[in-house]
Amino acid sequence: MKPDLFEAPDYFNIDDLLSEEHKLVRDAARSWVKREISPIIEEYAQKAEFPKQIINGLAEIGAFGPYIPEEYGGAGLDQISYGLIMQEIERGDSGVRSTASVQSSLVMYPIWKYGSEEQRQKYLPKLATGEFMGCFGLTEPDHGSNPGGMITNFKDKGDHYLLNGAKMWISNAPFADIAIVWAKNEEGRIHGLIVERGMEGFSTPETHNKWSLRASSTGELIFDNVQVPKTNLLPGKSGLGAPLGCLDSARYGIAWGAIGAAMDCYDTALRYAKERIQFDKPIAATQLQQKKLAEMLTEITKAQLMALRLGQLKNENKATTAQISMAKRNNVDMALKIAREARQVLGGMGITGEYSIMRHMMNLESVITYEGTHDIHLLITGADITGMPAFK
Amino acid sequence: MKILVCISHVPDTTSKINFTEDNTKFDTNGVQFVINPNDEFGLTRAIWFKEKQGASVTVVNVGGSETEPTLRKALAIGADEAIRVNAEATDGFFVAKQLAKVVEDGDFDLIIAGRESIDYNGGMVPGMLASLTNANFINTCIGLEVNGDTATATREIDGGKETLKTSLPLVIGAQKGLVEESDLRIPNMRGIMMARKKQLTVLEPVEANQETKAVQFEKPAPKGEVKLISPDNVDELVNLLHNEAKVI
Ligand SMILES: Cc1cc2nc3c(=O)[nH]c(=O)nc-3n(C[C@H](O)[C@H](O)[C@H](O)COP(=O)(O)OP(=O)(O)OC[C@H]3O[C@@H](n4cnc5c(N)ncnc54)[C@H](O)[C@@H]3O)c2cc1C
Repeated sequence: MKPDLFEAPDYFNIDDLLSEEHKLVRDAARSWVKREISPIIEEYAQKAEFPKQIINGLAEIGAFGPYIPEEYGGAGLDQISYGLIMQEIERGDSGVRSTASVQSSLVMYPIWKYGSEEQRQKYLPKLATGEFMGCFGLTEPDHGSNPGGMITNFKDKGDHYLLNGAKMWISNAPFADIAIVWAKNEEGRIHGLIVERGMEGFSTPETHNKWSLRASSTGELIFDNVQVPKTNLLPGKSGLGAPLGCLDSARYGIAWGAIGAAMDCYDTALRYAKERIQFDKPIAATQLQQKKLAEMLTEITKAQLMALRLGQLKNENKATTAQISMAKRNNVDMALKIAREARQVLGGMGITGEYSIMRHMMNLESVITYEGTHDIHLLITGADITGMPAFK
Repeated sequence: MKILVCISHVPDTTSKINFTEDNTKFDTNGVQFVINPNDEFGLTRAIWFKEKQGASVTVVNVGGSETEPTLRKALAIGADEAIRVNAEATDGFFVAKQLAKVVEDGDFDLIIAGRESIDYNGGMVPGMLASLTNANFINTCIGLEVNGDTATATREIDGGKETLKTSLPLVIGAQKGLVEESDLRIPNMRGIMMARKKQLTVLEPVEANQETKAVQFEKPAPKGEVKLISPDNVDELVNLLHNEAKVI
C-alpha cells in the first residue's frame, strides 16, 4: 500500500458551516483512519477478514453510537458528527464503516429507541465500548427488498418465545455477541428480539467468496427452536416501521459514508494525474482527465451539501424517510460512478491493490444494494412525489 | 509539577501559502490550522508526565479567538486547562512577554515550547521566555525526565547528543525525538467530551513592544521546467549538466 496522503476536498468551504466540535470529531476520525486503517486494510480485504483489532479504536473515536446519550455510554453528539465519523471511516473502507453503521444504527439505535430501560442499561454501554458487537437480521433468503414478507417467526410458550427461521446477508453475524432479529409473532406482526450468542439452536455461518466488503464479515443467522427469554423482546415498537426506523438512521450514515469513499477516489486520481507523465506531460493537463476530475469534484460538492442539509434536518427531527432515501441513493451512486472513473484515470495501476480505488469500487457494489437497493430508493421517491407506490 | 505548554496555531504543512497586503501578511483563506508540530511533541510528553507523575498540564496560546479550536484540541488530547492571551502574535518578543506573565502568575515548574513554530520559524520565544522568567533553558530537546526538582534533558547537537542535568524551573524547546510521531495522541471521544467542560480562560495582554516588523515575504522561486532525457541518451545528459546546469 502507498502511504496515505489523503487531503479532503472542500471546494465550497463547507467546513465553515461546521462547528468547532464537528471538525474536532471529524479530524480525530480522519487521523485515526490514516494511522490505523490505511496501513492494514488492503491486506485484510485481500484475505477477506475483518480486522478485529480495530474494534477498540473504533469505539474510542466514537464510531459506536455517537448520538446515543451519555447516560448509556454514547457520546451525546449530534447527527452531523455521526455523519462525519461515517464519512471518515468509509474514506478508509466501506466494510469497516458497515461494521460501525450496524453497531450504531441497527443495534444500538433500536435498543435505545424501542428497548426497555433494563435492556438499555444492559446492552448499550457495552456496545458503545465494543465489548459487545451486534448484528441486525432483517433480510431473508426469499425476502430482500420485500422484508414484510419474512417468514422467521416466534411463538409464545408462556415463559419464553420459541424462534424459528433464517436470515441471510447479515453484516457482523459471524462474530456478533448479540443479534437484533426481526420476526413475526403468531398474529403475523413484526417484532424485534435480542438473540444472544450461545442460545441453543442459534448459529451464524459465514458467507464466503464475496467480491465486495471483503474486510467486513457477513453471515447467516439460523434459528432452530431457539428459546428467547421474554425480556429480550423490544417492547417499544412493532410492525415493519420498527426495522425501517433503524434503516433510516443507517441510510443517513451511508449518505455521508459514500462521500468518504468518493473523496478518497477523487483525491487519489487527482494526485496520480498530476504525477503521471504520458506524451511528455502530466495526464492531468489533458482535457479528458480534467473533465473526469472536474465532474467528480462537482458531484462530491453536491453530495456534501445534500448530506449536510439532511444532517441539519435530522438534528431537528425533521428528516423524512423519503429525503433519506434520496440522499442515500444519490450519494452512493455518485461514489460508485466516481470510483469507476477514478479507476480509469490510474490506468493499469488502478487495477492493483496498491491503490484504494478498486477496493472502494467493489465495496460500493454492496453499498448500492444493501439498506435498500438503488431501485427501491427510487421507488420510495416516486411513491412520495406521486402518492402512488409502484413496488407491487 | 505544574507544566505549561505553549501552543502555536499554525497552517497545516500541506497548505498552499500565499500573501496579501503587498506581501506583508499571510493569507489565511482556505488554510487549515493545526497545533504546531514541535509543540505537539511537547504536549505529548507533558501528558506523559501527567499520566505517570501526576503533573498538571496547562496549555497557552497568544492569539485571537480563531485559535481556540487548536486549544480545544489540546484539551481533548488531555491538557487540564487552557489560557488564551487575547492578542495578535505580532513578534517573538511580544509573545514571550505575554507568556512570561502567564508563567509568573501561574507559578509553573516546567514550560514546554516548541523549538520553533513551523509558520514563521522565528525560534525566539523559548529562549526569550526563559530569560524573562529567570528559568533554565534547554533548546532542541529530544529527551526529558524530571525527578523532584531535577531535570535530565537530552539535546540534539551536531552529529550527536548531549545529556544535561539542570533544575526547575525550566524552559525547553521541544522537537521530534522528545516523543515520536507514532506517540502523538489522536483525541478520543471521551477526551472530546471532557474538553467541553474544561476551562478556557481568556486574558487580556500586558503592555509590550513589538520589536520587529515584517516588511515583506517572498516565496521561493517556482521550480524550473523538468527536462526528460531518455536513458539511452547519456551524451545529451552530460551536455546539459555541463553546459546548462553547470554542475559538472
Ligand atoms: C455485503 C452485504 C451486507 C448486508 N448486510 C445486511 C445486514 O446486516 N442485515 C440485513 O438485514 N441485510 C443485509 N444485507 C441484505 C441487503 O439489504 C439486501 O441484499 C437488499 O435489501 C436487497 O435484497 P435482495 O438481495 O434479496 O435483492 P432482491 O430484493 O431480490 O432484488 C433483486 C433486484 O430486483 C430489484 N427489485 C426488487 N423489488 C423490485 C421492485 N418492486 N421493482 C423494481 N425492482 C425491484 C432490486 O432493486 C434488485 O435490483 C446485506 C447485503 C450485502 C450484499
